Amino acid sequence: MSALPPYASPLQRTWFYSFRIICGLIFFFLIFPILVILPLSFNAQDFFTFTKEMLSFDPAGYSFKHYNDFFTNPDWQQALVNSVLIAPVATLLATAFGTIAAVGLSQSHVPYKPAIMAILISPMIVPLIISAAGMYFFYSRIGLQGTYWGVVLAHAALGTPFVIITVTATLVGFDRSLVRASASLGANPVTTFFKVQMPLIVPGVVSGALFAFITSFDEVVVVLFLGSAGQKTLPWQMFTGLREQISPTILAVASLMVAISIALLTVLELLRRRSERLRGLTPG
Amino acid sequence: MSDTTDNGQVLTTQDGKPLKAALRRALRREKLRAFLLIAPLLIFVLITFVAPIVDMLFRSVENSIVADTLPKTVIELNKWDSSSGEAPGEEVYAALYDDMLIAVDLKTHTRLGSRLNYEQSGISSLFRKTGRRIKRMDEDGPFKDQFIGADKKWGEVETWQVLQQFSPRYTDGYFLNAFDAQRGPEGIEMKPENEQIYMFLFGRTLFLSIVITLSCLLLGYPIAFLLASLPLRTSNLLMILVLLPFWTSLLVRTSAWKVLLQQQGVINDFLVWTRLIDDAGRLVMINNQTGTIIAMTHILLPFMILPLYSVMKTISPSYVRAAKSLGANDWTAFWRVYFPQSVPGIGAGAILVFILSIGYYITPELVGGTSGIFISNRIAYHISSSLNWGLAASLGTLLLVAVLVLFVVYDKIVGIDNVKLG
Repeated sequence: MSALPPYASPLQRTWFYSFRIICGLIFFFLIFPILVILPLSFNAQDFFTFTKEMLSFDPAGYSFKHYNDFFTNPDWQQALVNSVLIAPVATLLATAFGTIAAVGLSQSHVPYKPAIMAILISPMIVPLIISAAGMYFFYSRIGLQGTYWGVVLAHAALGTPFVIITVTATLVGFDRSLVRASASLGANPVTTFFKVQMPLIVPGVVSGALFAFITSFDEVVVVLFLGSAGQKTLPWQMFTGLREQISPTILAVASLMVAISIALLTVLELLRRRSERLRGLTPG
Repeated sequence: MSDTTDNGQVLTTQDGKPLKAALRRALRREKLRAFLLIAPLLIFVLITFVAPIVDMLFRSVENSIVADTLPKTVIELNKWDSSSGEAPGEEVYAALYDDMLIAVDLKTHTRLGSRLNYEQSGISSLFRKTGRRIKRMDEDGPFKDQFIGADKKWGEVETWQVLQQFSPRYTDGYFLNAFDAQRGPEGIEMKPENEQIYMFLFGRTLFLSIVITLSCLLLGYPIAFLLASLPLRTSNLLMILVLLPFWTSLLVRTSAWKVLLQQQGVINDFLVWTRLIDDAGRLVMINNQTGTIIAMTHILLPFMILPLYSVMKTISPSYVRAAKSLGANDWTAFWRVYFPQSVPGIGAGAILVFILSIGYYITPELVGGTSGIFISNRIAYHISSSLNWGLAASLGTLLLVAVLVLFVVYDKIVGIDNVKLG
């Protein structure tokens, strides 16, 4: 499939090219919606489609006014601040708890491992609307509903499965004799963890943290129910914006968020290559 | 394993302890250490996540509001025979008077009214009205006539039947409601056709999830096949086109589709410009099922491609070559040799997409209109708008059961430990 052999029949030739065209169309379907909002976010008009000026590449058709609105509108700024206050704290909690637990889970004798694993992974499996409903009921009972910490704890809980999965995956390739070697040289378990184990599993920890971060940063269902007006995050503001009156500022915000995802993707790709190199595999 | 040497001596460690005991102690210590490492997260998840879910399950059957607000009435009412066709006797009304006096002071009678209003409309206003009149009633009775004087609904058997039916602390009423059933005079019966909405919504959620899963499979299979057969350098590059949508915010993608699919949006403008449709015939692609299917297929497609790709990577190309060398044509080689080996990937991807789509809320809410919404939208409506939390909880419980069953299947096919990310 990778290349067309010289003896291919006309039918094979046709299929080969039409298959590529089909795949090209599907790739187009995947990427076009994300790319199309980038130029539209520079629209000088309040339209959601390309104006005549934009299509003729007239500079008058383009402007930064939607970006300007995002950076000056107090609602959006407050939402940005809230997102920045919530996501990193939730990520920190999820990563700290998750990494320690993953180290524990990778030990050779863990009682009730499947049951524990099922509980720890459950926040990822249960549909968000159910998590949100349950958390809303329970957190209102204990007075956490509508508070900053309520949202942070909920987001941390949702992020932990990703940390567990990524860190456990890196620990699979971890040579346990390194720990014994370190202990035999007189290091206590804490020193061993930070000096020997941590540097080797750091790609897993970082990619888990990134997953936890994006889970919190992108999360809207739980925050819609658990948060009050004081915890309005960026996705929440986008959600209300899309539902009530759709303002083109959303496109500017969306474009900025695409830039963030590209940055995250790049970091992850670099980490993947590093860990492949460490394991003696050549990066592709 | 024997712990004695040939001459019958018990093996010991250097400091004289029996070897078996020492090993057992070491193992116990290791178990304890592993458990201590896991415990913080386990406790954290149990409190922040599992407890809320259990609370929701509990709320779907919990119903102590009647017994808490009208404790004396409930006791007296237990003696009343609802099939007698007559309203209960004076002692029940006397108990109701005592209970209502306290309830009005605590202002809990309106809450009880709105709770019982889910079961029979009109009860909310009955309690409100009685609450206003209760202070003016004669303390010495007779209470029955005074209550019926306040509102003649107190003299009707149906009102008392509802009260009696919901006086136990646990109820299956929410679940009956979620199944579009109710408790009639002859036991459990289905609601009238025009009031059956939840089973219909569950059906639609299932149907749309299946359609979305199938279209993801249809679009994802060729892509995964292409990525798995291309040289690593090219496929890594193309993989970015799959991973970028995967990493992009859900709301960004939903807003993109909102922009594209609108009647004044990019796709319609393009179609008008190419004269495929005229200006009056702009396609309605949003706020209906089409919108939900298109947007959700796009959002969930990476979840199909990634598991398919990881399975297809492991299929050795020599099998297909062997099939061809034995005389199979391209199609036979693919269908009889390659495809069966990719089935585990199809299973993994399809169940993953299905689990994710069945509980989706945001995208249907934004692009689904009324015909494209899922059961989750109804749950959200009952939590935030109608405030019928018990019904929301029972609908949520049903959805949770469906997802967990699917997940057990997923675990059997793929294994919970084999979930790969990125």
